[in-house]
Amino acid sequence: MKISYQWLNQMVDLHGIDPQKLADQVSVTGIEVASVIAPDAGLKKIVIGHILSTKPHPDSDHLTLCQVDLGDSEPVQIVCGAPNVAEDQYVIVALPGSRIAGNVKIKRGKMRGEASEGMICALQEIGFSESVVPKEFANGIYVFPQPEPVGAAVFPYLGMDDRLIDFDITPNRADTLGMHGAAYEVGAMLHEKPRFPEVNLHATGLPTERLIDVQVTEPELVPQYLMKVVSNVTIKPSPLWLQIRLWNNGIRPINNVVDVTNFVLLEYGQPLHAFDYDKIASKKILVRQAHQNEPFTTLDEQEWQLRPTDLVITDGQKPLALAGVMGGLDSEITPSTTNVLLESAVFNGTAIRKTAQWTNLHSEASTRFEKGINQDDVAHALDRAVQLLCDLAEGTASEGVAVGNQVLPAEPQVLLDPARVNHVLGTEISAAAMRAILTDLQFDYQDQGAKILVTIPRRRWDISIEADLIEEIARLYGYDKLPSTLPTGVQTRGAYNQRQQLIRTAKRNLLAQGLDEVISYSLLTAPQATAFAAQAPEPIKLAWPMTQDHAYLRENLVSGLILDLQYNLAHKQNDVQIFEQGNVFIPQDAERQPREVPMIAALWSGAATDASWLQKERPVDFYDAKGVVENLLAVLGVAEQVHYETETDLTDLHPGRTARIMLGTEKLGFVGEVHPSWQHEMGLPATYVMQLDLSVILAAELPALVAQPAAKYPAVDRDLALILDQHVTNAAVVTLIQANAGKYLHNVQIFDVFAGDKIGHHKRSLAYRLHFQDPNATLTDEEINRAMTKVTTALVEQLQAQVR
Amino acid sequence: MSLKDKLEELKASGLVDIQKADDQRQLNEIRVKLLGKKGPLTEVLRGMKDLSAEERPQVGEFANKIKSELTEAIDTQLQTLDQKSLQRRLAHESVDVTLPGRQNKVGTPHILNQVIDDLEDLFIGLGYEVIDGPEVETDHYNFEMMNIPKDHPARDMQDTFYITDELLMRTHTSPNQARSLEQHDFSKGPLKMISPGRVFRRDNDDATHSHQFNQIEGLVIDHHVTMADLKGTLEVVARHVFGAERELRLRPSYFPFTEPSIEVDISCFACGGKGCSVCKHTGWIEVLGAGMVHPNVLRSAGVDPVEFGGFAFGLGPDRFAMLKYGVNDIREFYQNDLRFLHQFQREVK
Ligand SMILES: [Zn+2]
Repeated sequence: MKISYQWLNQMVDLHGIDPQKLADQVSVTGIEVASVIAPDAGLKKIVIGHILSTKPHPDSDHLTLCQVDLGDSEPVQIVCGAPNVAEDQYVIVALPGSRIAGNVKIKRGKMRGEASEGMICALQEIGFSESVVPKEFANGIYVFPQPEPVGAAVFPYLGMDDRLIDFDITPNRADTLGMHGAAYEVGAMLHEKPRFPEVNLHATGLPTERLIDVQVTEPELVPQYLMKVVSNVTIKPSPLWLQIRLWNNGIRPINNVVDVTNFVLLEYGQPLHAFDYDKIASKKILVRQAHQNEPFTTLDEQEWQLRPTDLVITDGQKPLALAGVMGGLDSEITPSTTNVLLESAVFNGTAIRKTAQWTNLHSEASTRFEKGINQDDVAHALDRAVQLLCDLAEGTASEGVAVGNQVLPAEPQVLLDPARVNHVLGTEISAAAMRAILTDLQFDYQDQGAKILVTIPRRRWDISIEADLIEEIARLYGYDKLPSTLPTGVQTRGAYNQRQQLIRTAKRNLLAQGLDEVISYSLLTAPQATAFAAQAPEPIKLAWPMTQDHAYLRENLVSGLILDLQYNLAHKQNDVQIFEQGNVFIPQDAERQPREVPMIAALWSGAATDASWLQKERPVDFYDAKGVVENLLAVLGVAEQVHYETETDLTDLHPGRTARIMLGTEKLGFVGEVHPSWQHEMGLPATYVMQLDLSVILAAELPALVAQPAAKYPAVDRDLALILDQHVTNAAVVTLIQANAGKYLHNVQIFDVFAGDKIGHHKRSLAYRLHFQDPNATLTDEEINRAMTKVTTALVEQLQAQVR
Repeated sequence: MSLKDKLEELKASGLVDIQKADDQRQLNEIRVKLLGKKGPLTEVLRGMKDLSAEERPQVGEFANKIKSELTEAIDTQLQTLDQKSLQRRLAHESVDVTLPGRQNKVGTPHILNQVIDDLEDLFIGLGYEVIDGPEVETDHYNFEMMNIPKDHPARDMQDTFYITDELLMRTHTSPNQARSLEQHDFSKGPLKMISPGRVFRRDNDDATHSHQFNQIEGLVIDHHVTMADLKGTLEVVARHVFGAERELRLRPSYFPFTEPSIEVDISCFACGGKGCSVCKHTGWIEVLGAGMVHPNVLRSAGVDPVEFGGFAFGLGPDRFAMLKYGVNDIREFYQNDLRFLHQFQREVK
């Protein structure tokens, strides 16, 4: 709500404090201020003019020549194109050299040969929003309802010199959605007691209860429902001062009856509704829940099929209004209304929210019912509105109130312990200072020993426990006066746990290996969520996704990496080597949280080495990807336990270029090329991916690391070249070598792979270097020869190897 | 011609030859020719037997002097030639040092994770544990335990991706407050934790909204933890991230799970508080929300709110990174354009 500085100043003495300063102070002690609005910002030299005479423009059928008194000795001529311009109007005149809305400069000029000394303005032309301009002036110039001093700057006469402090409230402070609440808040801050206009209602009409029979069937949902009748009203525009209050708050003035309900809404924060009494033939009001599919037309002419959760105001039969949300077309106030039935009520916030949400009818009224109402002011607001209608519409008030329900909540009593306040805040505020703050808040209290018993007024329904009061004390005492300290007490040890450490080590390693880290979305499409898995379970689906692109929980990280690749390819970034660490979501049963598994995945596409003056470009291949995986698994300490097998179960990957990575008997992940038909479909170049399940590594038993001295005796290398059937894998050869080379074999390295005509079809040549080391002695030729013989015999016998 | 004259002449012509020599081989030849067994000097010395007894030592001495002078000249020339050949080799081997070197690629950590890592390091140093929690949460932990019952207006503040009535994508990292409060053994000392992680809101992605972003929850609970402790802690954080000169401003706010609740502003790091476009001409920038843990949160987690209390805060690494590095579109973090990511290769602190 935009709090008018001038209006507020009538309720709290602001001592002339600068509006921006006031706003800053409010922000720091209570309510965040989004902005301070100056309606006349950027406008100048706009004055009140009096049209003395008019005559048609000789060369135009829609322009009028006006002689306008601007308070100078001579009137000036202004050409005006508005259809509603007429003699004896008091109007808004932009003088030559003035600035109007949109920073437009007005110049002295000629229009079709006639001199024009400025411009007669519509409200929109001096910055009014279309939505607040009274309908009668929507398509023409604005005309003041009464004579105003000619030549005077127009701003004070239209409320444009006011400053509007835009309160951006949190849900708990809806008590400031009315001027009274705002005045209490600002008053507490400035140590001022707010004062409000007195309501002196002289009811001279019939008893209300004889005019209308009011019943509420759901008292739980409608704790207060009060009505009064104002008869013989004259419908006409409201006085300008009231219109100004409305339009400065974004509300369009309509007529005195509607405007009064809106004015009291702004004043008290209490929504009111006015019915045309004569259109309610039954003279009966029944508040109930709607029937399923009950038809109803709101005053914006929309037709609805209501739901049983909606509250409706009925005439005993059919709905007249959607309670707290919007009135009906059939009972609305019209220019011919003479008797007004006014409603002031409290509706259950949850019920109103449901209705406002499904109908998407969010109004000033519904917002306030949703967030809460000052239950103390329901009756006062009704009286205030009736009084204003008597004053401004010459109506007659009915006597007494027709009560459908009137149950006020208890006023909570909270025991405040000053020692506790200081214990929580870390301050040394005296009990006297706390009492002073309670006084500023206009809360009643009495001492109870060292404690203070505080009665919380109903207008502050956000306060019910001591912690709430501690906040009141703290904010009005001033957060800037809080000391700055650090927690004392027992020392604690901060550290990563094993899982967090593993993740950090893995990420650091991949960075060191040249991969860039990405963060992709966890929510994907169903095919993306389940790709790169064999028999992926049905993915978890959001009940109400925002877009179909982000509707399912991912079960793999690779799909996200491919999306990242596509984004980069679309932006001409072709060399992509990226990784992501994050959770995937494996469904258990529908009612339980899924298993969230920490994974790490990487993708390679484009060049492994860039073309440069030193080297040729080389595209990535399977062994780039696998090398990174091997290096990573070595750093994570599981390389010894890991082996690689051909993987053909993953249909999104190349069946001949994918390795299943096993840690013992557990599936750890995969590394391979994206399936060529997949690449083709997605328009990707050759792309390799890997994914590892870090939970498998976490569960693995790592042997303790015990240091060995560096060997002091010479090592011996022996090379071995073999011709084998092409289906014999490197792993098979290495396993056999390791099994037969004896205990001094330190490692085996393959250093050449060759296939070609020279060695025959379906054959390939593999060359290995065996590295022997005895830590305690120099190895003899004899020992090594014996080991080599055993190795070659095994290779020949078991793998039909030809030793070259 | 006397023997002495002969020696003089030998020296003069020898020195000329030495000077002329331009490689080691020639010099060796000269050495052999002049000083060798068949050389002229040996010959002269051989002729000394014909000299008288008093002449012999004089001439002998003179001949030795000539010999050592020639030897020295040869050595000097040899050194000069070595120097020259070294110079030639160095000149030959020189490279263009301005050509770029051979580099191994080094990856760039994602900027959001850099911000998170940096904060984790800070808090670990302050004695905080790092707690992980599920990204798919129950309504119970995400809302009920955080003092946000069904139909609470605060549920409007966080539009939620529900999966079932009871399961949802967590809207904040706050449920880990409840989870750690339930698990912590207060007989072993205070609870000090941070909990970073992904969170989700039912938002349309645009420059300032993302349906996925990050949060770091913080929680300290002990027998006596004050709001002043919260202020001091947040000062440490703000100054660590945004610079030592930052001032803090606390403003009242509202979160269902804290009471009192505050928003925290820092003095603008771009203008120092004078007002600029970064701080929307206010001199202050809102960076995080915090407060004293609501008694209901403690009570529902089985912690006595009379005996124990403390503070909680929530930081947004996405917002921190946007502010600190002038990122204007949050989607850049999740599109992973390498040109964007690579900017943060420099170790950012
Ligand atoms: Zn600034």
